[in-house]
Amino acid sequence: MSNSKVGVIGAGSFGTAVANKLANNRDVILYARNSESVERIRSERKSAGQELHESIQITNDLEEVAKKCNVIFPVVPSSNFRKMMIDLAPYLRPYHMLIHGTKGLDLKTPKKKGPDFELDRNHVFTMSEVIKQESVVVRVGCMAGPNLASELATGHPAATVIASPFTEVINEGKALLRSENFQVYGNTDLRGVELCGVLKNIIAIASGILSGLDLGENSRGLLVSRGLVEMIYLGQALGGEISSFIGLAGVGDLVATTTSSNSRNYTLGYKIAKGKDLKTAMDEMDEVAEGINTIKTVKNLCDSQGLKPVITEILYRILFEGLSAQDGVSQLMRYQGNIDIDFL
Amino acid sequence: MDKISPDYVKKRYKQVLPGGINEWPVVNFSRNRERIVREVAEESIKQIRKLAPTREALIEEIETTVFREKLRIKRNPWAVDPEDEGKFLSRIKASLLDISQMEDHEAIDEALDDILEEMVIRYSDEIAGNFKKSRYRMVRRLITFGFARLLNASRVRGIGSIFSSQYTMQDKIHITGEVEELRELTKKGTIIMVPTHFSNLDSILIGWVISALGLPAFIYGAGLNLFNIRIVAYFINSLGAYKVDRRKKNLIYLETLKAHSRIAIQLGCHSLFFPGGTRSRSGKIEKRLKLGLLSTAIEAQRLNFEKESEESGKKVFIVPVTLNYNFVLEAPSLIRQYLRLQGQERYYTENDEYSTSYKIAAFLIKFFTKGSDISVSIGKAMDVLGNYVDQEGNSYDKSGRLIDTKEYFTQDGSIVSHNQQREDEYTRMLSEKIVDEFHRINKVFPSHLVAFCGFVILQKKFRKLDLYNLMRLPEDELIIPYEEFYSTFQNLLNRVHKMYNKGKVSISPSLTGDPDEIIRQGLKNVGMYHAKRPLLINKQGDLTTQDINLLFYYHNRLVGYNLEQYVE
Repeated sequence: MSNSKVGVIGAGSFGTAVANKLANNRDVILYARNSESVERIRSERKSAGQELHESIQITNDLEEVAKKCNVIFPVVPSSNFRKMMIDLAPYLRPYHMLIHGTKGLDLKTPKKKGPDFELDRNHVFTMSEVIKQESVVVRVGCMAGPNLASELATGHPAATVIASPFTEVINEGKALLRSENFQVYGNTDLRGVELCGVLKNIIAIASGILSGLDLGENSRGLLVSRGLVEMIYLGQALGGEISSFIGLAGVGDLVATTTSSNSRNYTLGYKIAKGKDLKTAMDEMDEVAEGINTIKTVKNLCDSQGLKPVITEILYRILFEGLSAQDGVSQLMRYQGNIDIDFL
Repeated sequence: MDKISPDYVKKRYKQVLPGGINEWPVVNFSRNRERIVREVAEESIKQIRKLAPTREALIEEIETTVFREKLRIKRNPWAVDPEDEGKFLSRIKASLLDISQMEDHEAIDEALDDILEEMVIRYSDEIAGNFKKSRYRMVRRLITFGFARLLNASRVRGIGSIFSSQYTMQDKIHITGEVEELRELTKKGTIIMVPTHFSNLDSILIGWVISALGLPAFIYGAGLNLFNIRIVAYFINSLGAYKVDRRKKNLIYLETLKAHSRIAIQLGCHSLFFPGGTRSRSGKIEKRLKLGLLSTAIEAQRLNFEKESEESGKKVFIVPVTLNYNFVLEAPSLIRQYLRLQGQERYYTENDEYSTSYKIAAFLIKFFTKGSDISVSIGKAMDVLGNYVDQEGNSYDKSGRLIDTKEYFTQDGSIVSHNQQREDEYTRMLSEKIVDEFHRINKVFPSHLVAFCGFVILQKKFRKLDLYNLMRLPEDELIIPYEEFYSTFQNLLNRVHKMYNKGKVSISPSLTGDPDEIIRQGLKNVGMYHAKRPLLINKQGDLTTQDINLLFYYHNRLVGYNLEQYVE
């Protein structure tokens, strides 16, 4: 294993938490886009509300990150991810390893859409695909699992999954992240694990809505299990493997985000259920809830593919078409209960 | 006569290597045949040892091999098999029996070493080719001269036509694409040419293309079954082929084969792999490539980087090639096999149209005297990671930034390291890039498009039937009114042209102009020598098929472009 520094791109709450975890084992360079916040973080030694580990150095220079680090963890919102990769790509070399921690999808549609334009799989990419499209890096992986940023900082027992088709990437990720109270699992189904992280955000928003409406824990049990079925259904359609969904990145992450008020997506759903419209709810939050874009993208994708994910569709109508949360839930309950499990 | 492609220039190419045949890597290779056979054996023993690290594992590997091989000899013997094969296996079996009685570990290991070495050397010797300069020259002359005569006899009218030199092979076989780049790169590194594979004729065809382009001979793995036929064996033996026996699926053989290929590449022998493994039975462009031989290219590249000294890490270049035909002689039997396999019937007997020399000769004469041109598209060269390279052999990324290919094999940024799993993944990635390139350079002929159009119309007309039921429909149900065919064909044609403009596929020049004329051309050429035509016009002026299996086969050529959706 090399002794060079490790890079983290994105000083949001999760990026900072990952940087702190890495700093237990190695010197870290943390990149923030905004030069003013770099100055502030540098002087306060605090980022996104978290104390910075002493081995973290902060920078505003992507070239520096690429020059000094062989392994880089990009952790930026999916909507900025491609732009960030385009900026970073000139400095990247084939020896770099990139392990991203972004749980969202990238949408790339033609500028001029014809009248018969339909969104399909050729327009929707996972972050690892974006990395490979925009740079020469091939040794790519992702980090996913029940990793609520605020909790990671406390050092409570937790675990994460590093997924990559390359064993060397998994091993590197393990070596870099592993610490006393933090376990690291490996998975070779990169796409499946990425999709777990992406799709669970949809269910997290729904769970927030249930709490906001005060519907109790039976309903959450129902949501989590049917939500998982929907995730698997969508995940398979998008090319993931079932097994990943019942692992740490699937069920594990789903349980954490559907029950914690520290989850952004959950919080967003909660606010919506309390009667706020989408814009107000978003304005009240510090950081992006990836689930909103995911719902939009997945809904459009399913429409063109002839798939019918019921939870996602109802959420879409609640978020974008003014359906009330209460009505949404009653509509969901009107669906005939089908076979419980038909995919194993 | 068919229009000649605008991107095609009939041209005489000078030899790439001015020193001629003596400078060819393959000549050097065969000059040292014996030494290389040994070297291959040593390398494969190392690898087999790695894969079967314990004494027990090795014994098991050898036992399995002997068992399977004995079975193979009984069930599927070929004329080309050496006569002592059975005896050889019995001897190994006897030695294994001796070993099982031994107590002394050292003696066991020694005996095992001997057995393994004997087997591996036998295989290595069997695989290695027998390139002969004089024979290569002779065959080359024979092909170019003989075929040119045939060609002229049929095309130029009048007495004396047989001596006319108006037409040459290059009128029959159009070579298009990145020819200059390929010629340059043969001087800069080692080329791995990876063509699509539809017909047994491909080997000879590509051999001719290589020589017509002035390139040194390539070595290539030819199915051992081809060596069953004397005359074919004579040809390909001298053209630089090494033998691949697809019946032998045991680890020991496969490792020896891979070692052979890898060492040849390392020695700078330009090689040819048919990455689909066998001929495409369905007629589709290969989607899943065989990774075994392809992985040797990546391994050889890494070893070149590791050794990097005065050679400065000679690069390996991958050049995809598509062979585009109107007609595949073996189509009827290939598609029958495909359908049977897909239909879950596990056993089938191979019915080879090339089974006798007579049939081949008859076909060749037909081929050269009647129309139906062939085109060969040479794709852009890539490095082993699938990045395009320029004429100097430098790799570039999609944004035109220079890439140092060596860095894909490094750990910690600088040291070249061997990581099998990484290379397996690279092989998979490379195979995807090759498949993409196949689709990009594949040339659409009118005959492909009419077959595609016809079959998909029928498929959509009977959308409730599955493939097998569709194929059982009586002929009089399989009729497409010309008007309907014409309008669908036009849709598809537009789409194909759009794809062509975006660089997603290549097209034959005869695919331009009046759609009626394109359809006429297509119908004339699609599967033209088959007794039953895949698609033709009946007395009422509508389209029908005499053999829907064949229509399916020729239609498959354009599967994978999502063109189906443009058929109502």
